[in-house]
Amino acid sequence: MHSLYNIVSGPLAWLAFAIFIGGSIYRLISLIVLVHKKEPFIFSYMSLRYSLRSILRWSTPFATENMRKHPALTIIAFAFHICLILTPIFLLAHVTLVDESWNLSWWTLPDGAAEIMALIVIAGCVFFLVRRLVNPEVQYVTSASDYVILAIVAAPFITGVLAYYQWFGYQTFLILHILSGEIMLVAIPFTRLSHMLFAPLTRAYMGSEFGGVRHARDW
Amino acid sequence: MAEPAKKVEKKIVDKGLTVGAQHLSEERIEKVINKVLKGESGARLKAYVDTCIHCGLCSDACHYYLSHDKDPRYSPVGKVKQTLWEMLKNHGRVDAEFIKRSSEIASTECNACKRCAMYCPFGIDIAYLMLTVRRICHLLGVTPLYIQDTAHSHATTMNQMWVKDDEWIDTLQWQEEEAQAEIPTLRIPLEKEGADIMYSVIGPEPKFQAQLLYQAAVIMDVAGVNWTMPATPGWDNSDMAMYTGDNEIMGRVKRAHFETAARLKVKRIVMGECGHAFRSVYDMGNRWLGWRMPPIPIVHAIDFYYELIKGGKITIAKKFPEAVTLHDPCNVVRGGGLAEKARYVVHAICEELIEMHPNREHNYCCCAGGGVINCGPPYKMTRMEGNRIKAEQLFAAKSKGAKILIAPCHNCHSGLEDINHHYELGLEIKFISDILYECMQKP
Repeated sequence: MHSLYNIVSGPLAWLAFAIFIGGSIYRLISLIVLVHKKEPFIFSYMSLRYSLRSILRWSTPFATENMRKHPALTIIAFAFHICLILTPIFLLAHVTLVDESWNLSWWTLPDGAAEIMALIVIAGCVFFLVRRLVNPEVQYVTSASDYVILAIVAAPFITGVLAYYQWFGYQTFLILHILSGEIMLVAIPFTRLSHMLFAPLTRAYMGSEFGGVRHARDW
Repeated sequence: MAEPAKKVEKKIVDKGLTVGAQHLSEERIEKVINKVLKGESGARLKAYVDTCIHCGLCSDACHYYLSHDKDPRYSPVGKVKQTLWEMLKNHGRVDAEFIKRSSEIASTECNACKRCAMYCPFGIDIAYLMLTVRRICHLLGVTPLYIQDTAHSHATTMNQMWVKDDEWIDTLQWQEEEAQAEIPTLRIPLEKEGADIMYSVIGPEPKFQAQLLYQAAVIMDVAGVNWTMPATPGWDNSDMAMYTGDNEIMGRVKRAHFETAARLKVKRIVMGECGHAFRSVYDMGNRWLGWRMPPIPIVHAIDFYYELIKGGKITIAKKFPEAVTLHDPCNVVRGGGLAEKARYVVHAICEELIEMHPNREHNYCCCAGGGVINCGPPYKMTRMEGNRIKAEQLFAAKSKGAKILIAPCHNCHSGLEDINHHYELGLEIKFISDILYECMQKP
């Protein structure tokens, strides 16, 4: 058990972060190279002002027509994404690990808040799962990969919460937690989780088109 | 009134699709699909496909989806799934039947109105993906027959309606004479080099809506505009090749149009009330030719009327008395930002504007644009059944008192005429120029 823990928290963690960061840079650069090679005109339409206008608009809850049409989804989607990103970064246990290794630390969430945020992520995953199963327009375009992605995202939070509660099998859940977190990091650049990398770019392009050429709102 | 017990599944017969599909081999399909998806397409296609999280949030944007009781096959992403995703998943190995159906979906069940681009959280341009499917079907020779014939007309005559060179000049001179009965000094100046403005129209105007040329000439004359029209091919700004995916012909047609304006040394091109032609000169055709923006400034009729009224070049003798409602065409409002100028013009010429809802960028499509009405009679019911939501939207405006529907776009105009008739809405449909001509101060 200890040696397994050492592997997942040592070399595998290094590997996961390397693939996540390296893979993300690779995906972004190769996309920009592709733009340069095939559609260089895109650069000439990009406008910082309209890119930011679009990104900020779509980062504000209820600021767009479609968000107002789906209030429950809007609230859950925003809460889900905020908690998904902030919880792991500001979790005391994670910061402690970094502190122990590199003597580097930052502000952390109180444990109670982190617990609630992790539960929000899990609840969000359940909501998205139910939505996929129940809503005909979502179900119709759902494939196996969509469930896999959802599981990849849910797993680190489920195992993390279980490890935190220490009800049973603490060691096992801790190892599973680290492992699933690593799987998620590796998956981000190479699955449709890459919307984390690409969404700002597609948003910026559409924002620039609508603002600079079409003189219309894109929300 | 009794409803039939079971709805008969519509079967559309279109030789452009059936005969085209007969000539296909699986090897050719695979080769063409990969040529387009891997060769011609680039980062946009890749980013759009990789980023789409299959959330279905684009669905509520689409009038086909809303009109078919939220049938997911008609949602924007549902149409991508039935076409592009399958092609990508199978690396182009799909059969002729699949191509036929893809062509039908992309050409007749999507108006490329880009309303869904405003509903996708990532701003994915689904209309672009549908036009990519049309491009594939075009290269495979499986395009609806009527619109293909129109594309042939563009290729042969440089106009949309097989109008011959002498017929064009003849029609202009005929309308000039007609208008001289009203304003004896009126001219339609042909080939006037160095005029400020070249006025360009779409093929159907000389073909069967010649009164629009008359009205335009009166507006130009009264406003004292230094204008001209070409007596050569290049007068037509319309472009159905853009909608069949025949980018090469689109480029030729646009080049002829811009070069004609350059030859006449005009400062600007003013175009009539057409939406798709605006898209062609301002968005797609100019880009295909390598122009970020049109090489010669293009002014859409709405923008031009705004300029004339605001600048006092035209005064309104008596405002149009009946209550109107205004349809925002996708290509000039979502594609050109003319929503507020259109309202300025309508308020200036009409007593009362009753807004339909949603409006401006969020207006529902007419279901005729994007080349769909040009796919001809086989698809009329596709358009009618696919746009019940529009009928409901118009009916609500009528209930609030609107008698006249202003549609400042040719495709919208014809499409809404069909909707109006099919759903028995009892509205009267007009162009802005119809009302402007009627209400303006004339000598």
